Amino acid sequence: MIRKLLLLVIVAALGGAAGFWFLSAPSRVDPARLAAAAPGDAGRGERVFWAGGCASCHAAPGASGDARLVLAGGHELVTPFGTFVTPNISPSAKGIGSWSFEDLANAMLAGVSPDGRHYYPAFPYTSYARMQVQDIADLYAYLKTLPPSDNVAADHRLRFPYSVRRGLGLWKRLYLSSDPVLTVAGASDAIKRGQYLVEGPGHCGECHTPRNAIGGVDKSRWLAGAKAPEGKGVVPNITGGEGGIGSWSEKDIAYALESGFTPDFDSLGGSMTDVVLNMAHLEPADRAAIAAYLKAIPAHPRGFAAP
Amino acid sequence: MKRLIAFAAAPVLAIAVFSAAAGADPIADRQALMKDQGKAVGSLAPIAKGEKPFDAAAVLAALSKLNEDAQKIDPAALFPAGTETGGETTASPKIWEDNAGFTAAVNKYKADAAAAAAAKPQDLASFKLAFAQVSQNCGACHQTYRIKKN
Repeated sequence: MIRKLLLLVIVAALGGAAGFWFLSAPSRVDPARLAAAAPGDAGRGERVFWAGGCASCHAAPGASGDARLVLAGGHELVTPFGTFVTPNISPSAKGIGSWSFEDLANAMLAGVSPDGRHYYPAFPYTSYARMQVQDIADLYAYLKTLPPSDNVAADHRLRFPYSVRRGLGLWKRLYLSSDPVLTVAGASDAIKRGQYLVEGPGHCGECHTPRNAIGGVDKSRWLAGAKAPEGKGVVPNITGGEGGIGSWSEKDIAYALESGFTPDFDSLGGSMTDVVLNMAHLEPADRAAIAAYLKAIPAHPRGFAAP
Repeated sequence: MKRLIAFAAAPVLAIAVFSAAAGADPIADRQALMKDQGKAVGSLAPIAKGEKPFDAAAVLAALSKLNEDAQKIDPAALFPAGTETGGETTASPKIWEDNAGFTAAVNKYKADAAAAAAAKPQDLASFKLAFAQVSQNCGACHQTYRIKKN
């Protein structure tokens, strides 16, 4: 009897392990989708680069000016899950110099590395998954033009169970989707462009939307503001709700993204400082599009406990 | 009993008197100073944006005001130990953790603000250059030394 019970437990455990292994397997982007992309254009890719904010995390800590184009990595993100260290993504042997376009597309759209491991979503592929394949082809071409670095960034230092990379396969089943976050009825072309920039490459929701205990973005409170993902303080509500930007005009929003100044001439700080440096490189029409989208989305109360 | 209360109250009273004599509430003072600089920037930004015409006299007045305020930022007096929290401060703990870095950032701002005022820009192009030079300090300092609370 006891032997039978033991057998049952072992079989159940094996079944569970097999199920976990099956359900957590990394899945790549359909190759046919990637094959449809035209050869990348580095000029257009530069726009994607600034919209995507790659330099904010992948430039060496404290880099300014042209040094932000050296994507040496080493930036530490100290979060409740542990410390993530950004990798070198410069075109060198220590970076991603040997990657194919398909490798970059799988990293950004599916969060899968060339050797078939899951990336942690501190790398915001949950947003990048909404990007057009052609934009990634263009970005690929642009990244090739940047200066190489031989820096080797340290490993992530994470707490259990977050240290079990394979587990991300289950997490992705819950939270990785290429669908738009919301539908704006009767959206103008500017709003559609803004939606693409905000929900996709701009990955605004990664910090401006509250997350649940296992780090899933709460889309019912999209852009409502959240506790800062690292360190102290908060990331503000950027909907029209309380503490948000309801009183800002579209021009105000576009100017804040370009200059860092709010309508009452406070200046944006924290991680947003780098975002402004990136956004300042965009075409004025793109900043205006982001503003149009932010004014078109539903207002929410603050996504964090009142101050 | 009365004597005991007086005895216990004395240090409290002494501290109250002392801080009143020192002028203060550094948190309120530094917040007022920041707001004041925001006002000066607010009169300059529309000109830089091209929403208002360039006016050399108005620009110089605002740049001088900004410089005057900048020179008033005394890290030791406005950000003393003990004012890390309270009064709705949004100062980052990094000010005290890396006080040398903070002081260096303030000094850079002071130098840039002084240079912008001394340049007395006479046309829009040179004003935009001076304004960019001085205003980048706002974000640079807030990136590390300010946190958002609402």
